[in-house]
Amino acid sequence: MRFIFKTRYEQDLQIFRHRVSAGWYAALLVLLLAAPFVIPDYYRSQFVFIFIYGVCGFGLMLLSGFTGQISMGHAAFLAVGAYTETILQAKGIPFVVSAPVAIVLSSITGVIIGLPALRLTGIYLAIATLAFGSIVEEILARWESLTGGNSGLTVPGVKLVMNKLDGEIEFYYLCLACVIGAGFVVFNLLRSPTGRAFIAIRDSEVSAQSMGVNLSAYKTLSFALSAGLTGLAGTLYAHQIKFISPEQFTLAVSIEFLMMIVIGGMGSLHGAIFGSIFVISLPEFIGGIKDYLPQAVAEQTGLKSTIFGVIMILFVLFEPLGLYGRWIKIRTYFSMFPLYKKGMFQRQKAYQKSERMR
Amino acid sequence: MTLLKVENLTKKFGGLTAVEDVSFEVKPGEVYTLIGPNGAGKTTIFNMISVIYPPTSGRVIFNDHELHHVSPDRVVSYGVGRTFQNIELFEHATVLQNLLIGRHAHAKTNWFAEMLFLPSVKKRELEHREQVEKVIDFLDLQAVRESLVAGLPYGVRKVVELARALCTQPKLLLLDEPSSGLNVEETDDMAFWIQDIKNELGITVLMVEHDMTLVSRVSDRVLALNYGRKLAEGTPAEVQAHPEVIAAYLGQ
Repeated sequence: MRFIFKTRYEQDLQIFRHRVSAGWYAALLVLLLAAPFVIPDYYRSQFVFIFIYGVCGFGLMLLSGFTGQISMGHAAFLAVGAYTETILQAKGIPFVVSAPVAIVLSSITGVIIGLPALRLTGIYLAIATLAFGSIVEEILARWESLTGGNSGLTVPGVKLVMNKLDGEIEFYYLCLACVIGAGFVVFNLLRSPTGRAFIAIRDSEVSAQSMGVNLSAYKTLSFALSAGLTGLAGTLYAHQIKFISPEQFTLAVSIEFLMMIVIGGMGSLHGAIFGSIFVISLPEFIGGIKDYLPQAVAEQTGLKSTIFGVIMILFVLFEPLGLYGRWIKIRTYFSMFPLYKKGMFQRQKAYQKSERMR
Repeated sequence: MTLLKVENLTKKFGGLTAVEDVSFEVKPGEVYTLIGPNGAGKTTIFNMISVIYPPTSGRVIFNDHELHHVSPDRVVSYGVGRTFQNIELFEHATVLQNLLIGRHAHAKTNWFAEMLFLPSVKKRELEHREQVEKVIDFLDLQAVRESLVAGLPYGVRKVVELARALCTQPKLLLLDEPSSGLNVEETDDMAFWIQDIKNELGITVLMVEHDMTLVSRVSDRVLALNYGRKLAEGTPAEVQAHPEVIAAYLGQ
């Protein structure tokens, strides 16, 4: 068991809580930097997907996990990012310019969808964002002169500054840099007044307001930042899948993103990454166990979604904090060994709130 | 000399008149208490002072500003801090984070600088932290600084909410039933703290309270309400002896 003896307030503002934890993250970084030279190409591309989903996970976590605004239309922001990137890159504009443009455009769409969010909460907001997602999907299919309609667009290779990136390994590093950057930015926000205002809105709007938080400004900001990050993920996504069409940005994708952060663990940044690892590796896992299943089950069409759904229900019932909650428990078990008690994380029943003003 | 002036305040919810033509004045440095049976309109008056509801008619003047024209999130920067009857803390955040949110009105936010956590952001964070630590010392909250609010007992949450209101550096503190749900000792502590807030910090307190022992111990003046109307005003003893107040509580 480690006890951190704090002597300065700066210690609460550090990124890593102590040296050992910084050491672990450094080791992880070294592993990720070395990985593309060691692992087969197929797994490298799976890692790239994890990074891209991770960026998107950070974005959605900021909005849903920290500001408490649910969004079922995040595929639309991914689409705005992906299409902007594809169209600009086809014109020969490099990534260092096209990605910021894509981020800004997605953020603007985020502000637009954020406007109804000022009035709506909970399930109503979910429906509004869902409708928004379908609208964007429809626009992509109909605006043929720009998006190529249902026949889609082929994505050119990434041009970073001057030349095209030659190999997939460079692209792997680009995605790794983006996910680290996204995580850094979101983490910084969360240890500053803006992030705390988001958390305040999530937990109690009425008292957030009486502490001086301007609800509409911060909700809009949260939507914009979240959409911007998802737009960044979209630019990378386009290059990774090399061909984009409206079918890649359906409601199913938005729901997959939501499941990612719920299973990963709402309200934690680790959760976004755990969730993206889960979402990317589950199909692999199912593919792996297919051979051992009875044939009638293995060849069912909805196998993946069924397993997804069951896992989701199990998490909501038994581990509402998701994979991150599990991770904390395992970590505590080892750091306190052999003193861990079963009831240590027993959830206390909260007493009723009778007069919630919302 | 008045700090808060409430003039002919009326609030109607549809056909129901919750508050009718209530006027009173709070002087700087006093503890002013609103009492009355359930549904008398005390909390509604609170919510109009902190602009959660707009008044149907009447005015709220604080320090020469007309508060009812201010937007709800700006009220705190005029110097009005408040607590809620049913605790409204940020449950899934630590006590420290809750108190830091109390500093929000004094935080100059710039999300772009915060994304990169520039040195200026860090410097301001440390300043806020020092202010928060003063409040933590004042209310003896050191032991729970790092705990999640969701895991704290009710009595402690009540104190944390008081602390969060103090972190906003108010001139006027609105306490909505500070002793509700507290046991006798915790109520005693609350009384000491209210007196300390008045005497040591020089903050004016306007509170709603049912516990008459606490009321008579800390209040300088009391206003009794019933059915949204003013019944009596004066020192705790005067109001308690007032025939209409006795009638409102005990019947004729």
